[in-house]
Amino acid sequence: MEALMLTVLLTSVPLIFAATGELVAERSGVLNLGVEGMMLMGAVSAFAATAIVGNPYLGVLAGAVAGAMTALVFSLFALGLATNQVATGLALTIFGTGLSGLVGAPFVGGTIEGLPNLAIPLLADLPVIGNLLFNHDFMAYLSIGFLLAVGWFLRRTRAGLVLRAVGNSHDSAHALGYPVLLVRFCAVSFGGMMAGLGGAYLPLVLTPHWSEGMTAGRGWIALALVVFASWIPSRILVGALLFGGITIMQLAGQARGWVVPSQMLSMLPYIATIIVLVVIARNREFALANSPACLGRLFIGSK
Amino acid sequence: MKIKSILSFGAIVAVASMAISALVGITSITAAHAADKVKVGFVYLTTPGDHGWTYAHEVGRQQVEKHFGDKVETTFVENVPEGPDSARVIRELAKQGNDIIFTTSFGYMDHTIKVAKEFPNVKFEHITGYKRSTNVATGNIRFYEGRYVQGVVAGLMTKSNKIGYVASFPIPEVIQGINAFGIGLRSVNPKAEVSVIWVNSWYDPVKEADAAKVHIAEGADILAQHTDSPAMLQTAQKAGALGFGQSSDMKAFAPKAQLFSSVNNWGPYYINKIQQLMDGKWSTGDGPDHWAGNTWVGMSDDFLVLSPFENMPADVAAAAAKAAADIKSGANKIFTGPIKDNTGKLRVPAGKTLNDGELFTTLDYYVDGIAGKIPG
Repeated sequence: MEALMLTVLLTSVPLIFAATGELVAERSGVLNLGVEGMMLMGAVSAFAATAIVGNPYLGVLAGAVAGAMTALVFSLFALGLATNQVATGLALTIFGTGLSGLVGAPFVGGTIEGLPNLAIPLLADLPVIGNLLFNHDFMAYLSIGFLLAVGWFLRRTRAGLVLRAVGNSHDSAHALGYPVLLVRFCAVSFGGMMAGLGGAYLPLVLTPHWSEGMTAGRGWIALALVVFASWIPSRILVGALLFGGITIMQLAGQARGWVVPSQMLSMLPYIATIIVLVVIARNREFALANSPACLGRLFIGSK
Repeated sequence: MKIKSILSFGAIVAVASMAISALVGITSITAAHAADKVKVGFVYLTTPGDHGWTYAHEVGRQQVEKHFGDKVETTFVENVPEGPDSARVIRELAKQGNDIIFTTSFGYMDHTIKVAKEFPNVKFEHITGYKRSTNVATGNIRFYEGRYVQGVVAGLMTKSNKIGYVASFPIPEVIQGINAFGIGLRSVNPKAEVSVIWVNSWYDPVKEADAAKVHIAEGADILAQHTDSPAMLQTAQKAGALGFGQSSDMKAFAPKAQLFSSVNNWGPYYINKIQQLMDGKWSTGDGPDHWAGNTWVGMSDDFLVLSPFENMPADVAAAAAKAAADIKSGANKIFTGPIKDNTGKLRVPAGKTLNDGELFTTLDYYVDGIAGKIPG
């Protein structure tokens, strides 16, 4: 059971990264549907850097930078040229999928030495929870660190307040003299970096390989998680664990001989996501309390 | 403002579609042209890389080049998806003047048949399919023979009596493999049991690793796979479990975990069929009602080779070698009765051996030793 729970935790980490990043972008009023593409770029760059240099920590860095660079493409069009965010985001996913396949072609079939586990002294020796919570790789701790930091930033800092103001009413923020596009640019870049980190986690920890499209829809799940979390960071953790749990449960169910078709079980994580979204949407007040009012709306500042 | 945003939306779509068509392009490598050579084309599912299914085909192609030297000219197209796109690629290879074209994945079956009709003078060889026509032959390897030996080794090596099996799709070839594994397992160990996780993919390292982790968490100490990546073996090595590699020798990925790999050896098949073509003797053999393929051989003809037995005591290695030798000599046909399914029902009576057609059409059950039910 403990081993299964450990697997669930690891499966959740990429989602925590990507969803936290997207949450910040959306809180600033930008809907970036390119998460899947940015994750793939992060994954391939992390793999390539680690394969070439041999240091997985450099792979982490490469994944973050690649994710942020991919987000730049989005910013250039959606913020710079004020193109439709939905269309630009979708294009970014397709672009990232293709480009990562091209960049990754020479690395298919290769393998790398992934990130080592870093046991936290003393805490890791605690019975049961020690191994579950305090004996992970660097990136697993980092994901929780980012989640807490984002929660604190949005609620407790002036910059966080400005970011939320930009997301809720870009015209008012603009009138007050805040640089709307700059704030959004930073938020989108942060989102890209986090998606890149989430993608990097796949080859660096989950399986030491690169294969085309290896994120297999995790970017879309991350997008759904932001809505699931109703734009509140701490709820992302709950959603990610739920999704990770169902992903692993469908495999464990097969191993235990549940008489349900495996294709049906494979659908479970996605069905669960849809059900949760429907349930949340029924209570509009709850669902929209923290929803950024300007989400997805174009902004062109007066000169 | 409105017009501007529509224009820029259009620009995005245009730029994106240009980028996609440039990037998702299929890579093709073509050798120099020469008139009197036999031209041979290959269609690959993925890039060959250095392990797995397509790699094994690439090794076969290299053997062809080595064997025939400048009497042949080979071309391959990699990364060809198993959909309508494959017809375009196969047609292109035929137009380029290839004399014989090997399409190396099950999913190319209907597209190979379709294109073959348009090019009656070109010979086609489809790998692992069962449809044939006047200029389409089929080839396959008895992969299940290696899995019987895996079952024997697993039965002797397991301490927990739990074996984890990571499977791709419930098609006849995979079911044959699982059941052969179970028959081998039961021949040496009456208590051990195999549980199967279907990942519904041939190559998905993340999911294969997840499945392996779950098997190990559920107590399995020996893992087997019918998927293509070495992720399962690497996961096994990390967790201190043991396992078997697939299609090519995967020792390099998990030297401490690999017991052995079943290695597909396509070279002799390719060489044989090309030689037939050169001698004017190429044929499609039996005709379209015969399930298993015009060429369906295994360990007896070295189409299936087992990598060295490792990470096991000498007596287990000896038992494995004996099992392999019996299959090779034909003394053990594997699917010989009595065979019971996992509910205890007698499926093959004593003395009867399933023929090739029955191996494809009657195995809709798991044999004794495999847990659960075949999905779908």
